[in-house]
Amino acid sequence: MSLSLKIEFGGGLELLFSNQRSHKVTIPSRMPSGQGSENERPVDLKYLIFWLKDNLLKERVELFIENETVRPGILVLVNDTDWELEGEGEYQLQDGDEIVFISTLHGG
Amino acid sequence: MAPRLCALCDNARAILKRPKTGQQICKECFFYVFETEVHNTITQAGLFHPGDRIAIGASGGKDSTVLAHVMKTLNDRYDCGLELFLLSIDEGITGYRDDSLETVKRNQQQYDMPLKILSYDELYGWTMDRIVSQIGKKNNCTFCGVFRRQALDRGASMLHVDHIVTGHNADDIAETVLMNIMRGDIARLGRCTLICTQGEDTIKRSKPFKYAYEKEIVMYAYFKKLDYFSTECIYSPDAYRGHARVFLKDLEAARPSAIIDIIHSGEAFEVKNEVKATQKAQQTCKRCGYMSSNELCKACTLLEGLERGMANAGITDRARKKLDAEGPAPENLRTIPMFHLPSSSSTGPSTPISLEAPA
Ligand SMILES: [Zn+2]
Ligand SMILES: [Zn+2]
Repeated sequence: MSLSLKIEFGGGLELLFSNQRSHKVTIPSRMPSGQGSENERPVDLKYLIFWLKDNLLKERVELFIENETVRPGILVLVNDTDWELEGEGEYQLQDGDEIVFISTLHGG
Repeated sequence: MAPRLCALCDNARAILKRPKTGQQICKECFFYVFETEVHNTITQAGLFHPGDRIAIGASGGKDSTVLAHVMKTLNDRYDCGLELFLLSIDEGITGYRDDSLETVKRNQQQYDMPLKILSYDELYGWTMDRIVSQIGKKNNCTFCGVFRRQALDRGASMLHVDHIVTGHNADDIAETVLMNIMRGDIARLGRCTLICTQGEDTIKRSKPFKYAYEKEIVMYAYFKKLDYFSTECIYSPDAYRGHARVFLKDLEAARPSAIIDIIHSGEAFEVKNEVKATQKAQQTCKRCGYMSSNELCKACTLLEGLERGMANAGITDRARKKLDAEGPAPENLRTIPMFHLPSSSSTGPSTPISLEAPA
């Protein structure tokens, strides 16, 4: 079982991801767990952030992740809605979701 | 989870949580409140008058791109009668400024505003690329900052505008308050929260986004699909500002009102008159006519150092003395053209406005 997601990076964050703004990724639909299937929960946005770090990020992880979440100053949208309205890292991902990460830290 | 409804119209689905208020609002209400708050900032400060000619300092980045869009929107909506121009400074940084200028040129088309690009090369005879190749990456931000400030004023003078607006947002201002406190620069602390600065003989500069959060500016650009450029300058970013920025973003994550609170704190400081008085009296530079607190303005001093192969002369007093000991500036030294402050009542010969032809 897996989920297909569309990932977008903007505001300079794409520079950490092969300088490519748009990515299509396929991730497991359940959290991997060593203790049998009854413990496997559906994957959430926090899982995705670490999955991106392990599978897509090319450089300077400290500009993407800080204290177990995205670095302050990075905005996240779930299907064009501010993730702060969607439970942030606890949002349960659905097949076909579009997740956008935008850095606000680059010059104006 | 049922979709949350907008706290303002109670009709459409909320898409954004406002950092200032915590309100959850829909896209259309967000556009409206964001634009209206900027309009309120402008009218409460009495920044503009009908018929004013205003240059938007445009870097191609998010803040100035959103500023150009919002200024145009408000000018049309409220029939303000402002004449808007885009003014860009080309520092001559390959792979950075040339790309962002392409963005500004597209903005010129999209917003139908005249664009003036003024380059360091034409004004000073030096690009930042060449400056860095001569002096290295250590003090290049000093050169760039001094040259940019003066270039903006000179570009504004060429456009005969009364007023320059820049995209500095609430986060930038809070950051500057923190930096001035950490450096103990109390005179600057007193000035940095002003929405409009104008010395006796300088062109007015304002910050219509003084109370606009960076998060909302970026969200506005995203939802309006505005075209902006975002890459850090390739020459040493300002490390001190970088620390202040990270600290501020951490504070904001814990309590979003921190940004506006810091601006209010900055505004509430009463700077003693003695401290204000330590700013030197302004005069005009004897070489180029630009306002200056010394005989020579900073740009002329820096330029002379570059031209005479002693670039540090503009940075430290010791290096300046060494340069002076080498004798006076040679006759054929490259100088900056004379500066003339635009004056709306002036009837003298006026330089024609040269603008980038629309592509
Ligand atoms: Zn609404
Ligand atoms: Zn000068």
